[in-house]
Amino acid sequence: MDLKDKLISSFMAFENNVDIDSPVHDERSEAIKNFEEKGFPTKKEEAWKYTSLNSLQKIDFSIFPKEANALDYKDVKKYFINEIDTYKIVFVDGIYSSFLSETTHDGVDICLMSSALTKPMYKQIIDVYFNKIASKDESLTTLNTAFSREGAYIYIPKSKMPKKPIEIVHFSTGNEASLLLQPRNLIIAEENAELQVIERHQSLTENEVLTNSVTEIFAAKNAIVDYYKVQNDLSTASLVDNTYVNQKDDSVVKVHTFSFGGKLTRNNLNFYQNGEHIDSIMKGVTILGEKQHVDHHTLVHHIQPNCESHQDYKGIYGENATGVFNGKIIVDKIAQKTNAFQQNNNILVSDKATINTKPQLEIFADDVKCSHGCTIGQLDDDALFYLQTRGIPKKEARALMMYAFANNVLESVRIPELKARINKLIAKKLGVNLGFDL
Amino acid sequence: MAYTEEELKKELETKEYEYGFYTDIESETFPVGLNEDIVVAISKKKEEPEWMTEWRLEAFKAWKEMEEPEWANVQYAKPDFQAISYYSAPNSKPKYDSLDEVDPELLDTFKRLGISLDEQKKLAGVAVDIVMDSVSVATTFKKTLAEKGIIFCSISEAIKEHPELVKKYIGSIVPQKDNFYAALNSAVFSDGSFCYIPKGVRCPMELSTYFRINQAGTGQFERTLVIADEGSYVSYLEGCTAPSRDENQLHAAVVELIALDDAEIKYSTVQNWFPGGKDGVGGVFNFVTKRGLCEKNAKISWTQVETGSAVTWKYPSCVLKGDNSIGEFYSIAVTNNYQQADTGTKMIHLGKNTRSTIISKGISAGKSQNSYRGLVQVNSRAENARNFSQCDSLLMGNDCGAHTFPYIEVKNKTAQIEHEATTSKIGEDQIFYCNQRGIDTEKAIALIVNGFSKEVLNKLPMEFAVEAQKLLEISLEGSVG
Repeated sequence: MDLKDKLISSFMAFENNVDIDSPVHDERSEAIKNFEEKGFPTKKEEAWKYTSLNSLQKIDFSIFPKEANALDYKDVKKYFINEIDTYKIVFVDGIYSSFLSETTHDGVDICLMSSALTKPMYKQIIDVYFNKIASKDESLTTLNTAFSREGAYIYIPKSKMPKKPIEIVHFSTGNEASLLLQPRNLIIAEENAELQVIERHQSLTENEVLTNSVTEIFAAKNAIVDYYKVQNDLSTASLVDNTYVNQKDDSVVKVHTFSFGGKLTRNNLNFYQNGEHIDSIMKGVTILGEKQHVDHHTLVHHIQPNCESHQDYKGIYGENATGVFNGKIIVDKIAQKTNAFQQNNNILVSDKATINTKPQLEIFADDVKCSHGCTIGQLDDDALFYLQTRGIPKKEARALMMYAFANNVLESVRIPELKARINKLIAKKLGVNLGFDL
Repeated sequence: MAYTEEELKKELETKEYEYGFYTDIESETFPVGLNEDIVVAISKKKEEPEWMTEWRLEAFKAWKEMEEPEWANVQYAKPDFQAISYYSAPNSKPKYDSLDEVDPELLDTFKRLGISLDEQKKLAGVAVDIVMDSVSVATTFKKTLAEKGIIFCSISEAIKEHPELVKKYIGSIVPQKDNFYAALNSAVFSDGSFCYIPKGVRCPMELSTYFRINQAGTGQFERTLVIADEGSYVSYLEGCTAPSRDENQLHAAVVELIALDDAEIKYSTVQNWFPGGKDGVGGVFNFVTKRGLCEKNAKISWTQVETGSAVTWKYPSCVLKGDNSIGEFYSIAVTNNYQQADTGTKMIHLGKNTRSTIISKGISAGKSQNSYRGLVQVNSRAENARNFSQCDSLLMGNDCGAHTFPYIEVKNKTAQIEHEATTSKIGEDQIFYCNQRGIDTEKAIALIVNGFSKEVLNKLPMEFAVEAQKLLEISLEGSVG
């Protein structure tokens, strides 16, 4: 039985465990119908031209995880930003781990999707926000919607700010031979609210994992959302991350994506600017080796005038890695005075690495400034030589240059401990120890 | 005289297509529809050898299996391929030795188009192979070219006279099954131009062909084959104007360029077909497949100025097969009213040290949509490949759209690729500055558009640059919103 059929038939079993009378379930039923119609995306579709899900579909994934596997904090401590205190929402094999988590209802709600979906006190908010910005016809998003039950739920009321950053961490323990996870997150920042989120997916064993995650972010007037995605998983873990962002007047949403690992990673970032004077920022550093594949798909839809968007993606590809960047900017007719910038720089360090990039502009308004730039090249031999004449060994010199190449993106990380962590990851990935913190 | 913006806009919209008239020449036209018999009949009519008939049938078979492509960013009512007549030849045959023998009505058409044959002969030194509908009716300067060993004739003549060359190269770059329209063209092409430059010869003059679509309801299927043998050079011009018609006319041409070792081909196009009325009725559908192959150290340069056609679907490409070969693409695409253009290029880097340059300027006004779609592909063995791409779009008014779809696929670490694109409008400050210096708004826009397009206009041969500039002015002045 192929994965699609298995998923569809599992939906009935899934229905036994959820409240099928709630309006949320209508969304689920609608979504499974859409998924049944569409199936998994194929390479024939323009958006999936460079990324194939075929090999993943051949794996017999378990769809419902068994009982939670207890983890010791000391074993997984290194996967948290443990230098600082954070709120934590932790899932082990898709099931919430209260032991590892630290949630709160003190002024802000940092808790679970499962309780938000079932408890009456959240009903009003769920009715307004749940599945409102996520695509209703993109097949993987609808698949997630159909099985949406668990994930992170964050609600920051007007003019509030959580005391510390929030970490959302998904562990998979290898309890199952192969596991499909479908977390569903909802993040709402009301007027003037501000929050920082760090999201991470981590396998603890070499068993196959596929995560199909959907995150909806709503930023109301003047809200500031800072979202960091750390993707440094084992080479048996695949991730499809669908993030939908709805922004209102004067809000700022930043998404940083750090892709250093995983077998197949697909990031779909969709920004919808439903207001004026909005700023949307997407930045990414990708450093890959082995046979890893990362596909960054971004969409910024400028719906209202006087908004900005900035995209800056840096990629370094070695060994047999494949990188894809597809950035799409749509400027509607009324979205005058839009400034939209897109930058994608890549370095290929191996003969077998491939990069496919497609920065795309669709512009219907005339008074706009839109540009995109894209480069593919190598490290400058002269600069390398210069560093060597100064006594820096070749390997370190190369690493220094690559680090400098990616530094633009790192500079805007606002949590110093996270920045230090990323620096370490980069140094490790480049295989050097420079004897000082990068 | 200073116009207000409104007046300018109005004038522009009401500007009738200047070259819209229809010449009544008795045409020998085939019944409408397409089947194997028609393909065979076209081939027979052209007195083609059997291998050619077979080749056409093969293409037709493939075409029947194919579907019309839908990926382009254009919307139009699909042509009914069974409602088109696939062959039409001006009646006044046989061929003429001098212009005096040509049907005076036909000559008059050319005069009104501003192509005075004798004048061009004398002044420009251009050999003109005029294709009126589908059959060549006049070829000049043939003798001068023949002395150098250059073959410049219609493709049907070449099939008869030089079958060995045609057989070797036709379909080698654009195979019959390449795409829907190329397959259709391969099956039913009625005529076109053929050019062969022998080894080491530098063609002494610019070769040019004027294409025209004249007969109502006649699709025109041109086939052009240019072969530059080792070390030779040729500059080829192609320019077009078509009479105004309400019915959509289909044009599916195929152009194949072959540049052997050390050869250079420069292919320039000015396209000004009927773009449809200002309400979007009628206009030419231009679905063209153009591709060139570069062998070692060869160079192919495409330059195009596209101002006409209701729907354009055109991607002149270079396959950089040989080491050190160079591909260039310079394009200005202007769309106004309801025109739609989806155009760009493909640069396929296969050989070592290959270089390519892409400069594309899109200007959209009125309610038009203008897309750049390009591919730069560096294969794993293409060491030190170098590409520079720049696509700039200028938007005039608030009802048009500019789109870019650049695909970049790199499989070699020594490649260096740069791509940049910008979209903007003509700045009010720029216009203000010009006004301040005593240049009225209309002139200022012409000036700025000219500056915007200069990089491409500079690449055109002299004769075309003038015409192209004129076209840009007609299409655009005063469109600023």
